[in-house]
Amino acid sequence: MAEPILEVSGLVKHYPLTRGILFKKQIGAVRAVDGVDFDLARGETLGIVGESGCGKSTVAKMLVNLERPTAGSIRYQGEDITKLSGRALKTVRRNIQMVFQDPYTSLNPRMTVGDIIGEPYDIHPEAAPKGDRRRRVQDLLDVVGLNPEYVNRYPHQFSGGQRQRIGIARGLALRPEVIVADEPVSALDVSVQAQVINLMERLQDEFDLSYIFIAHDLSIVRHISDRVGVMYLGRIVEIGRDAEIYDHPTHPYTQALLSAVPVPDPEAREHRERIILAGDVPSPANPPSGCRFRTRCWKARERCELEMPPLAVPAVFAAGPAAHDSACHFAEAKQVVPAETAENAGTAENAGTAENAGTAE
Amino acid sequence: MLLEVRDLYVEFRTRDGVAKAVNGVGYGVDAGETLAVLGESGSGKSVTAQTIMGILDVPPGRITGGEVLFQGKDLLTLKEEERRKVRGAQMAMIFQDALSSLNPVLSVGDQLGEMFVVHRGLSRKDARARAIELMDRVRIPGAGQRVRDYPHQFSGGMRQRIMIAMALALEPALIIADEPTTALDVTVQAQVMDLLAELQREYDMGLILITHDLGVVADVADRIAVMYAGRIVESAPVHDVYKAPAHPYTRGLLDSIPRLDQKGRELYAIKGLPPNLMDIPPGCAFHPRCPMAQDVCRTDEPPLYEVSEDRGSACHFWRECLHG
Repeated sequence: MAEPILEVSGLVKHYPLTRGILFKKQIGAVRAVDGVDFDLARGETLGIVGESGCGKSTVAKMLVNLERPTAGSIRYQGEDITKLSGRALKTVRRNIQMVFQDPYTSLNPRMTVGDIIGEPYDIHPEAAPKGDRRRRVQDLLDVVGLNPEYVNRYPHQFSGGQRQRIGIARGLALRPEVIVADEPVSALDVSVQAQVINLMERLQDEFDLSYIFIAHDLSIVRHISDRVGVMYLGRIVEIGRDAEIYDHPTHPYTQALLSAVPVPDPEAREHRERIILAGDVPSPANPPSGCRFRTRCWKARERCELEMPPLAVPAVFAAGPAAHDSACHFAEAKQVVPAETAENAGTAENAGTAENAGTAE
Repeated sequence: MLLEVRDLYVEFRTRDGVAKAVNGVGYGVDAGETLAVLGESGSGKSVTAQTIMGILDVPPGRITGGEVLFQGKDLLTLKEEERRKVRGAQMAMIFQDALSSLNPVLSVGDQLGEMFVVHRGLSRKDARARAIELMDRVRIPGAGQRVRDYPHQFSGGMRQRIMIAMALALEPALIIADEPTTALDVTVQAQVMDLLAELQREYDMGLILITHDLGVVADVADRIAVMYAGRIVESAPVHDVYKAPAHPYTRGLLDSIPRLDQKGRELYAIKGLPPNLMDIPPGCAFHPRCPMAQDVCRTDEPPLYEVSEDRGSACHFWRECLHG
């Protein structure tokens, strides 16, 4: 792997649970993120998937310094940004920007699009000389496929897909190296999702960006990611290249997750094995001992209760296509996603005609 | 046919003008059948469902034409009183957001039991026993104790089960489920869809599943009706649609979704945006976004052409689409 631009190790975020109003006493903690490690290489896209409450959004917030970690380090080009403050922190923050999930609430309704996209320049005036800002904003609008004449419009005059383009333009304004995108397309209609995904892929090539792409939709994550990490209850349970995770998953949670995704092919209905998990995710305030997935796992034995499985390549898979980190004592390769059929491959013909900017009048 | 919607028109009068939400929709569902109504936001799929259920807000909504035949009777001509006897007892609805559809200050047992008290005249005690039975049936663990709990004490998946229990309470002939799993995580979504399908088989109910998720449709539906700008653009058995769509919009949707078993190539994206319902394009409403559009599409609105005995497409060029 190329030299990493971001190195995350031992990242922890606990939110204290308190009792009492005047004399607050900590009675516990919500362990939103509880020991997460990963690297992001330059130009790479790392997808992070997991269900609600697994801590993926908290990781995103810590990466852009909207939350301070309880423990652990986040190294950007070798420097631990959790230790920085003041001017040094501000410089680093320029280089790691975020795109939010909900384009309806993440844009200030009282600001024009020009002001929204240009606001990063107010905070980091050194990034663009004052007289040049308007032109830069218009360039950015053009880059994300919006009409540059829209600078004086307000967010409500745009559709959801167009708003997300505005959010992306704002994220690009300071020419960051890393973009953290938290569920960037999940609020959008299906036909618009593809436009935004294609845009993000194009921008990655054009600006040499590295992405952390957080989503609950496993199909979209596979489409855009080079590597994928699967989170469960505040920890990464499995991480590897996309083919390793999707074609050779070894952690039972990943297998269940993949098998539960509806595949848009009615022929697959009959001969698809489905792993339906029992019950719900336990509370992160009181996670199970040992392996956190054991309460819903069909393979769980006594050892899982006593011993937390490390995130490492299981010895049995040291060589071969399934050699990637998996935090399970009883890891076992299993193909749950049906292999690509010849018929599916046929849709490739249409791929060339893609990418049309949403430039409605 | 258990339910048949014929040539339905619904519009909304707003300050800015008239929004034409439903423009001549027709579809039907048989007992034991699952019809998936697929469409993006603003396609009119939910408004049609609300009209069938008789829960459309009038005003601002207005039904300007059409029939909703349920077991042969036109519901739109019934008095509100008669309508209320149908609603809940003979047809029921499951909503997307269970937390906001349940009453937060009543225990789930009271809410489930209310169905029996109001419609069947049971005593509170008997109603509670029936509520526990229902909670068991939708596999809520420890139903006997949990019957006294309030909605916020349940997880999202469990709340959606309670919604299903409530819809099933009076054993209706038809269930309309409006995005029942959209708010749920994928592993929970699988649990809930499985449960719904199983109960549907058991009771031989008709199910109208409203969704935008082509994966869910492929998993459970028998037939599919694709909506765009308040019209049905394609209606067909589910296998036919996925094999070869007969409308360019359906084709675009199928091509634009990333797939679990595929990787790497650029996604096909339908260009442009869904139309403004106050200003629907003339001719075929999809023509400004359609790669196959010709002059005729800009002027003549396509009827629902018969592709085969049980399949229709509202595209002048459905043959080309089907074979291209």
